[in-house]
Amino acid sequence: MKKVKIYVTLRESVLDPQGSAVMGSLHKMGYAEIEDVRIGKYLELMVSDDARDIDALVNEMCQKLLTNTVIEDYRFEIEEAVSQ
Amino acid sequence: MKFAVIVFPGSNCDLDMYHAVKDELGEEAEYVWHDSTDLSGYDGILLPGGFSYGDYLRCGAIAQSSAVMDEVKKAVEAGKPVLGICNGFQILTEAGLLPGVLLRNKNLKFMCKTVGLKVENANTLFTSEYADGQEIQIPIAHGEGNYYCDDATYEQLKKNNQIVFSYADDFNGSRNNIAGIINERGNVLGMMPHPERAVTDLIGGSDGLALFKSIVKQWREANVSHA
Repeated sequence: MKKVKIYVTLRESVLDPQGSAVMGSLHKMGYAEIEDVRIGKYLELMVSDDARDIDALVNEMCQKLLTNTVIEDYRFEIEEAVSQ
Repeated sequence: MKFAVIVFPGSNCDLDMYHAVKDELGEEAEYVWHDSTDLSGYDGILLPGGFSYGDYLRCGAIAQSSAVMDEVKKAVEAGKPVLGICNGFQILTEAGLLPGVLLRNKNLKFMCKTVGLKVENANTLFTSEYADGQEIQIPIAHGEGNYYCDDATYEQLKKNNQIVFSYADDFNGSRNNIAGIINERGNVLGMMPHPERAVTDLIGGSDGLALFKSIVKQWREANVSHA
C-alpha cells in the first residue's frame, strides 16, 4: 500500500483572509518577524499497490475534485505506507 | 412551466425555491433528488442554497460530482434556464458551468442581512422584468460569497455583459462587487443573494419575485404558441 500526501494551497494571487487573520494574531502576540501566513489543506490517500500509474491517478483526482485550479495549487508525495 | 428544484444532502433553501415558483407564481415545481438521472421532463432547473455535502472539501465541490449534474449539463446544452442561488451558484462554478469561484468573505464572517443590489443587465431571460440600473433589496446569507476570477475572465465577463447583479456596497470582497453572473449563452445564472426569500411583502420584501416572473415570461414567449 502507498500513502499519498497532498498539499493544497491557495494560489499566490488569491487573497487568503484566514492566513491574514492568523498573521494579525501572531503580530499581536509579539511575533513581528512573521511576514506572511498562508493556510492550506493536507489530504492523505491510502492507495492499493495494484493501482495503475499513481502519479497520473492523483493528478486526475486533484483536477477533477480535490482542488479547484482556479484558486488552488497542489503538490504531492508518494511513500510506502507503514503497515499497522 | 415546470421547474425541477434539485435537492442535495444539505440543501436548505429548496422549500423557499419551491414556494416561490409554486405558490407565488402558480407554476409547476417538483423536488428532484441529487441522484436523479433524468431531467428531460422539466422546463427550468433550480439549484437551491444551503450547504450541500456540508461544504466539505470546498463549497459546491462534492455536489458538482453528483449524478444529477450530468443532467443539469444536458439541460444547459438544451438551452433551458438554470438558476443557481448561493450554494447553487457555488455548485455551478465548481461544475465549470460558470467562470470563477466563491471564496471566504474577506472579513471571514457569515453574513445574513438584506442588501442593495444593482441590476447590471436587464436584458437576460432572468432579469427582463427589471430595469437596467434598478436597485433592489434582496437578502444575503453566506460565508463564502466573495466572487473571484482572474483578470482575463473579468474582462470577458464585462465584454459579454455577463455581470447581471452587483452589490451596492462592498461587504464580502467580491471582485468589482459582483453578486451574480450569467454564462455566455445567457441561460445559466448564478447569484449569491436569495431572491426566493423576497417574493412577498409578508416576509419583508418582494423584489425577488420579478426574477422568477422573468423566467416564466421568457419561457412562455418562446414556447407557447399564440396561433
